[in-house]
Amino acid sequence: MISAEIQTALGRPRPIGLAWAFFERQINLWKRYWCWELVWLVYGVVNTLAITFIAEQVGQDGIAGRDEVNRLVMFLLIGTLVWAYLSAVLDDVSLVVGWERWEGTIEHTLMAPVPRVVHLLGMSVFGVAHAVLRTVLIFAMAAPFFDINVANSDWIAAFAVIAVGSISVIGLAILAGILPLLYPERGPQMSFMVQVVVLLVSGVYYSVDVLPGWLQAVSYLSPATYMLDGIRGAILDGQGIAEMVKVLIILLIFGVILVPLSVAAFALAEKWAKITGRLKRHG
Amino acid sequence: MNSAAPLKVESLAKNFPSGPDWRQIVPVLRNRPRKFKVRPIDNVSFEIKRGEIYGIIGANGSGKSTLVRVLSTLLLPDDGSAKVFGFDVVKEPAKVRPAINRVSADPSFFRSMSAIENLMFFGRVYGLKTSGIKSRSYQILERLMLTREQAREPMQNLSRGQQQKVAVARAFLTSPVLMLLDEPTTGLDPRSRREVQSFIQTVRRDHDATILLTTHDMQEADLLCDRIAVFSAGRIIAEGTPDQLRAMVAGDRPLDEIDMEEVYLELTGRSIEEDEETHD
Repeated sequence: MISAEIQTALGRPRPIGLAWAFFERQINLWKRYWCWELVWLVYGVVNTLAITFIAEQVGQDGIAGRDEVNRLVMFLLIGTLVWAYLSAVLDDVSLVVGWERWEGTIEHTLMAPVPRVVHLLGMSVFGVAHAVLRTVLIFAMAAPFFDINVANSDWIAAFAVIAVGSISVIGLAILAGILPLLYPERGPQMSFMVQVVVLLVSGVYYSVDVLPGWLQAVSYLSPATYMLDGIRGAILDGQGIAEMVKVLIILLIFGVILVPLSVAAFALAEKWAKITGRLKRHG
Repeated sequence: MNSAAPLKVESLAKNFPSGPDWRQIVPVLRNRPRKFKVRPIDNVSFEIKRGEIYGIIGANGSGKSTLVRVLSTLLLPDDGSAKVFGFDVVKEPAKVRPAINRVSADPSFFRSMSAIENLMFFGRVYGLKTSGIKSRSYQILERLMLTREQAREPMQNLSRGQQQKVAVARAFLTSPVLMLLDEPTTGLDPRSRREVQSFIQTVRRDHDATILLTTHDMQEADLLCDRIAVFSAGRIIAEGTPDQLRAMVAGDRPLDEIDMEEVYLELTGRSIEEDEETHD
């Protein structure tokens, strides 16, 4: 059979090897566009400082005592850092089509013999690794500005929440990545819409309790709400894995639903793009 | 060995609608015929034999690239079928994709990455072993007169002709059994064009490659193709070897007095330049 001939010529591609191709390519692009990375890093640090200093203002105005201020500092710091992480993952994965369309490589990449799920997996793993690195750097640069006490924090529980929560964030990011597939001209901008809705309803800079009732109902649909709850519980209150089980199960359910759903939705959108001829260069 | 033809296209059609299909939404419109903005492929049938270079000549906008996109599994046809070694491009894209590769008129690379980084990526996504990609890439690039230093330059620093040579290298890197060359020499200077044409001839001679070549360069079609289809408004209006096509328009004149420009003019009733102006 000719397919056997082709397989012999090409070797037997393994999913990990194929996914690594996308990971390696993103590293190469990241190296070449290091200025952009620097800009986002500076933006992340400045944003973190600008928001967290609000807590210091509260203390200076005598609105709250020192202990409450320290807690508010940590509350906002966690919010800005988790948001830096989430938005980096959302950006990287949702650019799966947008970037290729901008570079003009979209047709060549999408006609390659790579299962789409492997393609998306490669982009997602890079997105998570990239986001972790950027967030750690932002934390390292912003932390010295504040009097932070993390002696009682349970870091294992916090990392467990980040790890499990990232699965559902990847699902959200793939859903956002569909928009550039459907709308070549404004799709990338439209995917920001997903980000700002998540920002509003997930309690990044405030507790979701302050939201109007109907928005609080929406907040239960965002996995970021549970991630933030879990991470704040682990770092601010020292909650361990045992106390985090409920949050971890909810996040796992989100992941189990969102990832297959987003991959299936991506496949449908790709089919529609192939019917209407939208898999072409733009920009 | 699969005895199916490298490419068999039967009654293929692709239309692009002029807007939303209101017939699906408004019941009273259900029986109205659908309006289409363009019909780039209109009932096209042909078959390519193994080892053959099959040319499709036609003006810009005549539907050549749309046909190549369908064969590349990037566009779904409305009607008909296209099979690569017996595998349907719509129903079995996963079996078709490893067998094909493509060069388009627009080189399309990650501009900030070097030629070799681009080739590493595209080699990997075709499942090539990492160890072999680099050496094979340099080999092909050298045959296309590109040096190792040029291969390490970011693509944006290379000239249009050099970029197109890298595009040719990308396509041949994966040793496709069916190569889709969509105006591969458009925009190249005469020397680069000759080098790419010579490379295509060498690959066909030394390897068992089957090639579909679309072009609006009549001399190129005459030079490279075993058989040629004349494409106009999404249809094949004539097909044959270059000499068979010449014979169709020769009348009493000897065949060697007739060039492919004249063949195209006679068969379509328009020159390629007139056709391009219409489509522009």
